[in-house]
Amino acid sequence: MEKTEIETRLRDVLVSELGLDADKINRSANFETDLDVDSLGVVELLMAMEDEFGVKIPDDEAEHIHTVGEAIDLVHGKLNV
Amino acid sequence: MKYGPNAMITGWGKCLPPAVLSNHDLESLVETSDDWITTRTGIKERRISHVEVSDMAAVAAQHALAAAGKTVEECDLIVLATCTGDSSIPATAAHVQAKLGAWNAAAFDLNAACSGFVYALVTAANMIKAGTHQTVVVIGAEKLHYHLDFTNRSTAVLFGDGAGAVVLEATEDEVGVLASELGMDGSASAILQIPHDGTEGDRDDPDPKRAGIHMDGPEVFKRAVTTMGDASVRVLEKAGIALEEVDLLIPHQANIRIIDATARRLKIDPGKVMINIQSYGNTSAATIPVALTEALEAGRVEPGALIVIAAFGAGLSWGAAVIRWGDRVEPIKESDSALPPNDRTTDDLLAPNVDFFGKYQPTS
Repeated sequence: MEKTEIETRLRDVLVSELGLDADKINRSANFETDLDVDSLGVVELLMAMEDEFGVKIPDDEAEHIHTVGEAIDLVHGKLNV
Repeated sequence: MKYGPNAMITGWGKCLPPAVLSNHDLESLVETSDDWITTRTGIKERRISHVEVSDMAAVAAQHALAAAGKTVEECDLIVLATCTGDSSIPATAAHVQAKLGAWNAAAFDLNAACSGFVYALVTAANMIKAGTHQTVVVIGAEKLHYHLDFTNRSTAVLFGDGAGAVVLEATEDEVGVLASELGMDGSASAILQIPHDGTEGDRDDPDPKRAGIHMDGPEVFKRAVTTMGDASVRVLEKAGIALEEVDLLIPHQANIRIIDATARRLKIDPGKVMINIQSYGNTSAATIPVALTEALEAGRVEPGALIVIAAFGAGLSWGAAVIRWGDRVEPIKESDSALPPNDRTTDDLLAPNVDFFGKYQPTS
């Protein structure tokens, strides 16, 4: 799966599942500081990503996701090994 | 496959103690804010009991028996779901039986923590289906404030006290508990527990830190959403009912974010989800019978309605059931049963917690 497709689908999930503001979502947006995602929101984000892309994201990998771009890269890496 | 009679809910009742602990009140006990608690939990206030679990349970049971038009003499079994009973010996259900004067009833406690009511309802329904009992009072009642440690702000804001009850009766109609699932994953018990709350601790040197509620919030959140959602899907499959046919989902009220995420996972219309967590917080085994009673009071249960209940809790336990409601959604009688008046302030009621666990220490 190409990164652009992952980005499109992730963007849809962030808006529909987490209720984030579509206008604020870009690759450099930080979930916590730019998108106001709190600690439970991060859990919701990881669960939504696992469901959407059919991947498993262990805690030690989840810790490295701070921005939308990092989330895209992680999914891309898992789907294209 | 039909084994015998079905078990239908014919009565319902609740008992919430009068003393209120609001988020604003909590701001003076721990470093927190109404906004922080509301956005992360959906809770605005909770009740703090001035009486014992058996007192709340007995009042809720009286209301449920009246709603069913039953006398206490007709009750042949009391199942009390609780993890905060008055006593272990005897079972708290014994105190409930005595307070009700239900001398023809067997009585026992059942501890499956927050899944307790689902476990108790399914157990009682199966005893009715087996033909051994006909009129069962199933109660969920808790006094969780006993365990509130105000030095731990992540759990101190979550819990409250209360009781709810239903009457289950044998019926030949195709109503009642249609399908159910109970489950447990004891390997993950450490993510939600009171480490020192039984015979394993050192009785000469009780460690307050181990007597409070310990919780790995994110892990509990993840498992709660997955488990309640998946168990709901499985019980609907067992009952041969499509999700679209469900009229009301009554999830355990632990956290609004868990409820919302579960509803999204199920893709159920949010208008069909019963929510009252804002008023009572997490009352463990009591949340579902209290929410069911309030759904009936609010006219949200129609005759013949299909209801799904789902819960998740310490253990890690879980349970779900599909219930087909009967024809009657109005109580047959009303009971004037009530708790004795409370003359103490909420602060007075919580003073023993502060004495035992200590005061909150600001981090900065």
